[in-house]
Amino acid sequence: MSRIHPRIPLGASLAGTSRRAFLTAGGVAALTLAVGCTGGTAEPGPRAGTPGEGTPRRGGRLRAAFPGGGANETLDPHLANLFVDVARAKALFDKLADYGADLAPVPRLAAGWEPNATLDTWRVRLRPATFHDGRPVTAEDVLYSFRRIADPARAFRAKAASESIDHAASRVVDPATVEFRLKLPYAEFPNVLAAFGAYIVPAGADSFERPVGSGPFVFGSFKPGSSLLLRRNDGYWDGAPHLDELEFVIAGEESARTNALLGGQVEYAHELNPATARVHEGGGRITVLRLRNSAMQGFVMKTDRPPFDDRRVRQAFCLIADRRELVDGALSGAGEVGNDLFGKGCRYYAASLPQRTQDLVRARALLREAGAEGLTVTLDTAPAATGFVEAAGIFKEQAAKAGVTVQVRIGNKDTYWKDILTAGTLASYRSGAMPIESHVSQRLLTGSTTNATRWRDRDFDELYRQIQSTPDEASRTALYERMQRRLHDEGGFLIWGFADWIVATANRVRGVATNAPANTLDWARFDKVWLG
Amino acid sequence: MSADRGRPARRLLLGPVQIAAVVVLIFALTEALPGDAAVALAGDQPDPERIARIRESMGLDRSMGGRFGAWVERLAHGDLGTSLVSGRPVADLLADGFGPTLVLAGVTVVLLVPLSVGLGVLAARREGGPVDRLISALTSAVHAVPEFALGVLLITLFALELRWLPPTAVGTDGDLLGRPAVLVLPVVVLLSRPVCTIARLVRAGMIDAMASPYVAHARRQGLSGARVCWTHALPNALAPATQQLARTCDWLLSGVIVVEALFVVPGLGTVLVDAVAARDIPVIQGLALVFGVVTVSVNLVADLVTLRLAPRVEVAA
Repeated sequence: MSRIHPRIPLGASLAGTSRRAFLTAGGVAALTLAVGCTGGTAEPGPRAGTPGEGTPRRGGRLRAAFPGGGANETLDPHLANLFVDVARAKALFDKLADYGADLAPVPRLAAGWEPNATLDTWRVRLRPATFHDGRPVTAEDVLYSFRRIADPARAFRAKAASESIDHAASRVVDPATVEFRLKLPYAEFPNVLAAFGAYIVPAGADSFERPVGSGPFVFGSFKPGSSLLLRRNDGYWDGAPHLDELEFVIAGEESARTNALLGGQVEYAHELNPATARVHEGGGRITVLRLRNSAMQGFVMKTDRPPFDDRRVRQAFCLIADRRELVDGALSGAGEVGNDLFGKGCRYYAASLPQRTQDLVRARALLREAGAEGLTVTLDTAPAATGFVEAAGIFKEQAAKAGVTVQVRIGNKDTYWKDILTAGTLASYRSGAMPIESHVSQRLLTGSTTNATRWRDRDFDELYRQIQSTPDEASRTALYERMQRRLHDEGGFLIWGFADWIVATANRVRGVATNAPANTLDWARFDKVWLG
Repeated sequence: MSADRGRPARRLLLGPVQIAAVVVLIFALTEALPGDAAVALAGDQPDPERIARIRESMGLDRSMGGRFGAWVERLAHGDLGTSLVSGRPVADLLADGFGPTLVLAGVTVVLLVPLSVGLGVLAARREGGPVDRLISALTSAVHAVPEFALGVLLITLFALELRWLPPTAVGTDGDLLGRPAVLVLPVVVLLSRPVCTIARLVRAGMIDAMASPYVAHARRQGLSGARVCWTHALPNALAPATQQLARTCDWLLSGVIVVEALFVVPGLGTVLVDAVAARDIPVIQGLALVFGVVTVSVNLVADLVTLRLAPRVEVAA
């Protein structure tokens, strides 16, 4: 319960104080219930930076620079796509749950949830919270939000995640309780409540020119492609923010974000290059923070076509990779090595499997066995993410040592992800942090929509269904271990590293969490930040 | 004489033809971009069903001919269409970006003419002397530095080390005139190359003109050196410079793309870069059309001015 600590309201009216105290107490009770009934709600790690940073100071405006989507930006939280969209959405809105540092769902607007015995009906209880216009957040709003996300005429990003819900059969039990009926048993359904873009908006809301949410900040003014100004929500259920105002400014060029920070024009800059970070780390002018495990980096091998339809060739490629060299070369050392498994540091991650290292002798032997000596493969890549082209070049040289010729083909960065989904045989790949369950359901099942390794296996699908029908957490953990052992042994993902996400702040900025991968609850959580 | 009068008229008529060609070309080129807005928007979640849905909602599933017809028809009514991504009218997006770009380009042009002409004349009047050699050396050197490199250098020196000027226009929301300090470095970067080019052209033109028989004649008439220089030699020297100035205005439209990105100015260059990345075709087309019309008009004006400044150019032609 360390996260829910009473906050001392400074300078607030008496009415505000008593109300906040009530909400905080309610929150503690609710969270206790939540943990009790799910039997598995992990606590996020302690908020880094809280000890030793002194007492939070109230006041001031924090300006945060992000790369953005230009003059076309909207504040519709369900359209969130870029990091800046998510950061803005979480300042204005809440989800029912969000991901902790280990990507396990943490209750937010939900006070708790409980499934029925067959895991296909979930009751979600809401904590007392209000929208910025004073209306309470009710079960009606929750159902409306999920139905809007699932609208077949729209293409909201969270739609895929909410596909498991039978929207017609789901219902309001009472104003503070929603019952979700699911199409199939789904033990990790709370992941859907925390899904990317699954924000709760007021029932009927469809225009977000002046967004009304329940989040820690209230809308002030918006200039698309340029800036968004927000004010503190004094009545926020999780404690009012320390900052008076929060301003998001858009700067597409990394050098511009760095310069604006160095020049005192902003106090927070999102997404810096490892090279920039190294120049300024320890220099004293700005504070560089590395958010570990934020982006998985690797290659996808198409398992349904030659040469990768032979598991020995896949295994050989995994043994060719010198992971340290890839991390040092392609990420300038800003990351950790991977073990061909998604979700390092996440709940259910099979950390017990031995770390794979380069073994060229064994790789050559496997290729010989498979009749694939002197193999030539085309590796598709594009400057679609940091380090892609560099990693492809490094891997090409590593492969040459095993007698494999890799031809690097550089594609168009704007259409890259669609281009590599079905075409080619080998391609650069990255992914932001998400629960292992989401990675599996989106990318590794026969019906998965973004199955870039073309991994289709009935036994594997069945194992996933079995996990989702298993109420007991310990049994699920064992099943996940079995699943990952199989992927580690013969999967199509060659995961060589996990990149840090680098942000930098002015030295007087306090309370920025460092243990939260990008996209998790404590990442870009400006309600907990203050200016020292 | 009739040929003399016919030429400006023919030049005027060419304008609309060029613009029509630009309209067709823009459509053809945007069609040739790999991928469409649906693919760009889907990003790293390229679920085929989702892409199909986005495509449908954007009307991208219609035939190419149908889309071209609809676009031209709307253009004829002065409607640039709506952004695929945000649904905002393209005209609004352009209007938002137009102000900052106009301020950047306008201030640059206003400073460019006196600066480059002054430097050129100064060098020509001191031909071969130390001032001329200094100006020539500087203009050659600065001209060789790409805008991006110069910008980074200036920011590092004047904004981050000396702290005399702000490094970016972040936080101005495009109101550059309200905070003139943010304009200094971007304008210097935009000025750097055209000043060099035009100053060298003016210098060469002035040296030629000063050596010409009619200037010698004017001198024999007893006119002062300054009067000969400014009223007799300069207009002739300016003819090639006017053409270059027109080309510079075209160039400024692309120069602002680099400068806007470097200094975070929310102008047309930024709108274009974002629109291309998002494959937001109506916005790209609207912008290309505006850029095309501006280019055609500026060159039209420049040609007419040249004809007026130095009629002999066309007589000789």
